[in-house]
Amino acid sequence: MGIPLLTIGSAPLQLERLIAAVSQWEPNPAGRDGAVASFLGLVRNCNAGRSVRYLEYEAYEPLALKAFEQIAAEVRSRWPGVTLALHHRVGRLQLGEASVAIAAGSAHRSEAFAACRYAIERVKQIAPIWKREFFDGGNVWIEGATADPRDERARAEAERVACA
Amino acid sequence: MRVTVRLFARLHDITGSAELARDVARGATIATVWQQLAQEFPALAPYEGSISSAINADYARMDAEVREGDEVAFLPPVSGG
Repeated sequence: MGIPLLTIGSAPLQLERLIAAVSQWEPNPAGRDGAVASFLGLVRNCNAGRSVRYLEYEAYEPLALKAFEQIAAEVRSRWPGVTLALHHRVGRLQLGEASVAIAAGSAHRSEAFAACRYAIERVKQIAPIWKREFFDGGNVWIEGATADPRDERARAEAERVACA
Repeated sequence: MRVTVRLFARLHDITGSAELARDVARGATIATVWQQLAQEFPALAPYEGSISSAINADYARMDAEVREGDEVAFLPPVSGG
């Protein structure tokens, strides 16, 4: 039983597990990939001028996993040969803890970097996940994009950013 | 017929519930369920233009028809990552 490529849950994230997952992905023979690019999203101590104390993440987990599967399928289609791992955490996260971890393995570095960047942009567009920010003096739900997995304009924008 | 409504983040705060059971007429769409809920909780109304929706944990358009026992979810703008 290998390390799952796509997960969502309350356990602390371990980037080395994602790197292992894409490096040792079963159908890929050892040494096939020459590059792994990774990304960690961390809880920052300051947002919009507010002193952040901690964050709480909530998700519609079964749909979030399907959104991750869609993102992985988009990556396979745009960058054939790239293996993507994407783990997101939910629950209360303290300052400096990782909320999202991504690793992209590829034969060459340019595809790995691009796929990694693309994946985080798409998470922010279509994953049904919300963060509630607890700051000195109150709390607020952060609301970003209206999630629409079939919005081709949003997808193209994520690809543009990834390839910039 | 009866459906289960799931509400997340700020929508959950507004209604005070993460999950509600509601009766809707046969032939109802997701939009029908939403409008019924927005009458019950007027503070939901401003979200009408920015929500996404799902049926049984699959994204679905507001004009999709709901069936007896379906789980209908309303999602405010997302902020993962």
